[in-house]
This record gives sequence, C-alpha cells and structure tokens, in this order.
Amino acid sequence: MTSPSRLAGLVCVMSVASLGQTVHSVGNIFKPQATPAESVYHLSLLVLAVCAAIFLVVAGMLTFTIVRFRRKKKDDGHEPAQVYGSNHIEIAWTVIPILIVFVLTMATARVVVAIQNKPAPKDALRVTVIGHQWWWEFRYPDLGIVTANELHVPVSTAAKPAVTFLKLQSADVAHSFWVPQLSGKTDLIPNRTNSMWIDPRQEGTFLGNCAEYCGTQHANMLLRVIVQSSADFEKWSAAQRLSAAHDARIEAARATFLSLSCVNCHTVSRTSAAGTFGPDLSHLMSRDTLGSGVIPNTTENLRAWIKDPQAIKPGNLMPNMQLNAGELDEVVAYLSSLK
Amino acid sequence: MSTTTHIGEAFQATDERPVPAKLHDWLVTVDHKRLGIMYIATSLFFFAVAGVEAALMRGQLAFPNGKVLPPEVFNRLFTMHGTTMVFLVGMPFFAGLANYLVPLMIGARDMAFPRLNAFGYWMFLFGGILLYFSYIAGEGLAGHGTAPDVGWFAYAPLTERAFSRGTSTDYWILSIIVAGIGTTASAINVIATTISMRCKGMTMARMPLFVWLMLVVSAMVVMALPPLTAAQVMLLLDRYLGAHFFDTQAGGSAVLWQHFFWLFGHPEVYILVLPGFACASEIIPVFSRKPIFGRAAMVGATVAIGLVSVSVWAHHMFAVGMTPVSNIFFVASTMLVGVPTGIKIFNWMATMYGGKIRFDTPMLFCIAFLFQFLIAGLTGIMLAAAPLNWQLTDSYFVVAHFHYTLLGGMLFTLFGGFYYWFPKATGRMLSETLGKWHFWLLVIGFHLTFDTLHFAGIRGMPRRIYTYAAGRGWDDLNLVASIGVIFQAAATACLIWNIIRSVRKGASAGNDPWDAWTLEWGTTSPPPEYNFAVLPEVRSSRPLWDLKHPDDPDWKYE
Repeated sequence: MTSPSRLAGLVCVMSVASLGQTVHSVGNIFKPQATPAESVYHLSLLVLAVCAAIFLVVAGMLTFTIVRFRRKKKDDGHEPAQVYGSNHIEIAWTVIPILIVFVLTMATARVVVAIQNKPAPKDALRVTVIGHQWWWEFRYPDLGIVTANELHVPVSTAAKPAVTFLKLQSADVAHSFWVPQLSGKTDLIPNRTNSMWIDPRQEGTFLGNCAEYCGTQHANMLLRVIVQSSADFEKWSAAQRLSAAHDARIEAARATFLSLSCVNCHTVSRTSAAGTFGPDLSHLMSRDTLGSGVIPNTTENLRAWIKDPQAIKPGNLMPNMQLNAGELDEVVAYLSSLK
Repeated sequence: MSTTTHIGEAFQATDERPVPAKLHDWLVTVDHKRLGIMYIATSLFFFAVAGVEAALMRGQLAFPNGKVLPPEVFNRLFTMHGTTMVFLVGMPFFAGLANYLVPLMIGARDMAFPRLNAFGYWMFLFGGILLYFSYIAGEGLAGHGTAPDVGWFAYAPLTERAFSRGTSTDYWILSIIVAGIGTTASAINVIATTISMRCKGMTMARMPLFVWLMLVVSAMVVMALPPLTAAQVMLLLDRYLGAHFFDTQAGGSAVLWQHFFWLFGHPEVYILVLPGFACASEIIPVFSRKPIFGRAAMVGATVAIGLVSVSVWAHHMFAVGMTPVSNIFFVASTMLVGVPTGIKIFNWMATMYGGKIRFDTPMLFCIAFLFQFLIAGLTGIMLAAAPLNWQLTDSYFVVAHFHYTLLGGMLFTLFGGFYYWFPKATGRMLSETLGKWHFWLLVIGFHLTFDTLHFAGIRGMPRRIYTYAAGRGWDDLNLVASIGVIFQAAATACLIWNIIRSVRKGASAGNDPWDAWTLEWGTTSPPPEYNFAVLPEVRSSRPLWDLKHPDDPDWKYE
C-alpha cells in the first residue's frame, strides 16, 4: 500500500477545521438544523407514531393468534371449525386503513407544499450548484464567486434570517445534493434545473454526500456546507472576490504551472489558466479539503494529490500528469500561494 | 369421483437408461414439471452467485476505508447483484413455481403451450449466461471493460456512450431483453393455461389462490416489461445509431429514462412479491387447518394491487424535482397500495385465528414473512411520504426497506414454498431439523443485516458507495450488518446440504404429506408425466377436503 492511498482513508472528518468550525459529521435526519429538514422531521414523527401504532396492534394480534391457536400437544385430531370469511370484517379492515391513508396523505401534502412552494425572499443568497463527476462546483452569481466542494452560507438567526436558494444543475450525469441535517435531497440532472433552499441555524461544517449513483467515484463525491456567522461569511466572500494571489517571489513556479496542461482544466483568475473541467483553483488554499472531501488540504496531501491523484481517488478524471520532481515542487509552491 | 384421495396412480417405472439419455430427455423436454424444476434449479444457482456478490460487498463495507475491493469492482458487483436477483432469481423462481404447479392445481396435463414453455426457459438461461459472459467478453477501452457498472436501474445519461464506454452496458441491455422475452413467453403461457386448461368444475371462482395470484402476476409481466424493453431499445439507438432519447448533451431527457424504467420497475416489485403471497396463501391455510379467510377479498386485493401498482412509479423519483401536485398524487397512490396489502395480511391472520397451527418449516417461513412484511409495509408508508422520502431515498434506509420486502417478503415465502412442494416434486421430504436450522440462521442473519441498515440510512449513509470514512456514525452499524452475512451464508449452506441429502435419502413423502387440499396432492409424488391418470372433476376450491370429508364438503357452503 502506497502512502498516498493510505492518506485517502484519512478523510478529514475530525481533523480539518481550519476555520475553527465545529464539524457535524453525523448527518442524522432526526437532528435537523434548518427549516426544510425540520419540517421533514416533524412529519416523520407523525408518520412514525402512526406506523408504530399499526405495528403494535397488528404484530400484537399476530403474536396472540400464533400462540393461542398453536396445535396443542394433546390434540384430539379433529379439524378446527372451518370459517370461510366475513364481509363485515373485510369492510372494517378496508375502511380503517383508507382513513389512515387519507390523514397521512393530507399531512404529507402540507409539508410538500410548504417546502416546495416557498418563495425566495428578495435578500436570499443565490448559489448555482453544478454537479460534476466527482466534485461540486458552486457559483455565487450575485457575488461573482466561483468555488468548489465546500459551500459557504451565512447562518440564519431569529434577528437576521438568512435563506440560501440553490439552483441545481449537472455538467454530466445525474447527481444528488444531500446534507441530511439541512434538507432532504434534490437531484442535479443534466439538461434540467432544479432548486432547493436551506436556512441553517447553527454554525459549523455539515457533511453530506452525492446521493445518486454517478459512476466510479460516487462514494467520494463528498459535500461540505460551511455555515458561518454573517461577519465571517462577509469576510470569506470578500476574500473570494479578490483575484488570485500573485506573489512575485514565486514567479518561476507560477510560470511552470501556467506552462503545464493544468490550465486546460483548471481556472486561476486573472491568469491564462481558464479551464472549466476541474475545480476553480483561484483560492485553493482557503478550502479545507482536496479531491471533493477525500483528504485534508495540507501541503503534503496537495503534493501527493498532484503527483498521482489516481492513487488517492482511483478512477477520478484528473490524470497522473507525470510531473518530474522539479515541476512538482514548483506547482505545489504556486498552488500553496493561492490563499 | 370416488372416495379415494388418489387421483393418480403410482406408475413410476425406475429409469435405468444411461446418464446421457436421461440428460437428453431434460434438454429436449417440454414437460411443465421438468421445466419448472429447471427454472427453480437455475434460479437457485444464480441466487448463490448473487449471494456471493453481496457477501463481497459486505466484506468491503464492514469497516471504514475498506480495501477489499477497488471502486470499479464494487460498482460492478452491486449492478450484477441487483440485476441477477431481479431478473435471474426472482422472476425465474416465479416462472418455475408457476410452471410446476399451475397445471397440477387446475387439473391439467400440461401448460397450454409446452414448446413456448421450453423456449421461455432457454431464453431466460441464455439471457443469464449473456449477462455473466460480460465479465469475460465485455472488454472495452482500457479500464472500462467487463461487467456493467451502471446500477441495476441504469440511470441515463450514465449509460450513454460518453460516460459508459466499451460494451458492458450493451451486455446489460441485451441480456435483460433476451431474458425478458423468456419471461414474457412464460407469462403468456400461464395466462392461457389458467384461462383454457382448467379441469371440469374448476371455475375461476374455485381456482386455488396460488393460481389466481400467478394469473395476476403474469398479466402484470405482460403490462410492465414493454416499457423497459422499449427504453432499452431506445438506449441502444442512442448508443449506436446516434439517437438522442436520453442523450442530455444533445437535448435528450434523463428523467424520461427514469419514467420508463420505473413504469416497469414498480410493478416489477409486485411481480416479485406476489408469487411469495401465492405461496403463503397455500401454506398458511394448510398448516392452520382452515380454509383461507375471505377468498373473494384476497382475489380482489390482489387485482387491486396489480392495478394500483401501475400508477405509483414516480415515488421512486420524488427527488428529481417534480411539481408539488405530481408529488402529492404519487404520495396518495402509493399509500393507497398499503390498503389491499393490509387486507392480505389481515386475511392471513384471520385464517390462522381459530385454527390449529402446525409449525413445520414451510409455516415457520410464512410466519416470519408476516412480521417482516408488516415492517416492510410500514417503512414503505414512511418512504411514501414525499418529504421523508427526500431524506431517505437513495440511502441505506431504502436498501434496508426493499431487502425487507424482497428477502423478508419474497424470499422467505419462496423458501416456504420450496419446503412445502419439494416432497411433491421429488417424492422425498426435506429434513425438518436442517430446515429449522436454515430458518433460524436466516432469521438471525437477516435481522442483523437489515435492521441495522435502516439506521445507517437515517444517519445519512447513501447507497452504492464503495467506501466511507470513519467517524460519520456508520462504522458499528456496517460491521453488524456484515456479521449478519455470516449467518445468512450458514443458513444457505444448511439449505444446500438439506437438498443434497434429501434428494438422495430423504424420507419418502407419499402423495400428500401435509394433509393438504389442492389437486396437486391428489396425484403421486413426483407426478407422472401426464399428471393425472384420470382428469379430476372438482366441486369446490378444496377438492381434496371434499374427498377427505364427504360428510362435510366445502361445496355445500360455496
């Protein structure tokens, strides 16, 4: 086992919190932290209660029947009374379930409408989410920000409600956006635009996954939603709006990077690197993870990733560029400067 | 009819011809019983294959960051496991049971179209071989070869040439089309047989429930398979002739594939599970010593399930962004299926109520089925609530739910049916001791694996991931689920050993070991090629009860 592939295992669930953020790594749907997830949670309590009641009644009757009417040891050998049915009973156990179904359907319909028909407030943050094999692109059209794999949104408080509306699209195959504590999932489907919204009420990093099978590395199409106080979000947003850092001390490294075919797939703002197949690298070092959440974003990991991304995330669409040691050093040095 | 319970005469001369001659007979046979056995044997073989695939996947997922399998191998395994279980285990097992039992139960000498019957079997077998041949021949561009890896529902556009290079997806398409032709042939045959081959006095109203359910299932096969075949042909056109049905890069629709697929896929679930209901509907009355409670309601509920099941497909698609109105429609129709399904459970329970229940292995499987299917139905209601579905769909909760339905529902009852009719087909009893070992090990393994997976889904674990990181709340649950596989494997070993042992030296079964009431128990075990020496004439839905109780026959009350 090579060391980079062991690194792939060390996914940054615990280790990465560069922003001093709490990481909510367990996406328990019964611990909602935003309105859509909470509406679902409340509905689920009703549905669970009804289902539990049905289970207790039916399983109880079944158990009673099986125990009470088992053939006794001293059986007389006669057949029991032959009963063929009863229309009254049939009607009863047809009508009662229909009533239960009616109630559940109505309760469900209310939540469907409440979540799906919510109008976007004027001040809502708008983000376009584009699914790629196997990473996430986030574009903030109103702010002019393009980033990847880590969605930053402001926290919503009673004093200052903040709603984020997501426009969901896909560049290739079907994906699905799922951060269980914030909302149920919505698919990202090519040639179609879907939408969903979240209003997280707690700061921290919420983990999620792509939830629609999308090919080889579906498992490592990981998703992080970073919920920040509005001040922190503003700070982050201002930093992202800046052009990519241009450090004169590493001009040679920069030139090497721009001379390599990296630029065909990646963008670094205000440079000739303008590719769109891979994640935007303009502020790479502001992100917690690499490879869509597969390893923490440290210098060693960055080096290992660039050296051979296939060892860390086998099958992903970034090829091993076969860089020599000098090129590798320079590319790592340049990318490390992209704060 | 006379007072004897023997409708057929023991007329089995020992066959002492050489093995090639016997094999030749099996190869060219058009006898419904032999074809039935061939269907069931083949599906049990594929069941073992799919079980090995599942065990490998559970091995990979037992611990976080599993290194047992590389991603592409894992992805092929879940595709092959799903495709195999649905098309090469569930459907042929049903075809085998229907083939073997329907003519015997309705007092016929064979199916309506014996040659079509043989054709159906060989098409199914060829489809299965074609699917697995992809492992050898599905070589595509470097790194994209061998078995299909697109998931058993093969969502477009992942299946388009741009994303699925090589020929593995073509193997998936063609093998299912071929096997589907076989299944359709078999379904048409069952419909024709039940309509035109019933013995004297066997009105539709007197048909055993098993036959009724097989009739409904067959009608559903004929309705449900065409959308899938059509979609697969469109996909082939996309892949090879430049059509753009699902090619999103050229304006095609990814959602269209999902509609086509689930228009087949949801009725398919009932196609798989109704044969299980059919077995339960024969076994529970016999082992409770009472007729089925509410026969007419049971038939009505079955037909209702068949009809409603074609209007619920989009509940697999709540997350694709349908309008609220569509979502609410499919919530309502899906929950409505719970009503006829509930009626069935209540009627089975009422059949046992007031009876004298014998706990032989077939009945044990049916009792476990009742509890497990109850839970599967309730988690189904939870999934039918669209907002809850947005959380749970494509998670391990769904995996647990449909394994509860198909393993806890379909497979348990099919095993029940296997223990129940094995004596009829072979003339020998399966061992009760090994049967009980099989049963209890399977119950323990099943619950260890699938109870826990519900919770993994609730904690946000998506399905079809080949690995996961530690610390996301899934570690222990996955380990327990994988341990369950060991019990399930041990259970299957008991079954296999039981079959091998009992075929050779099981206790002699006699014509009617369970003291049952339908016509197949009136002939010898195994039945002669012509089934009945004299075609029977029946006056009620329990002809053998009438023979055994001439003082209190059923026909007085029907």
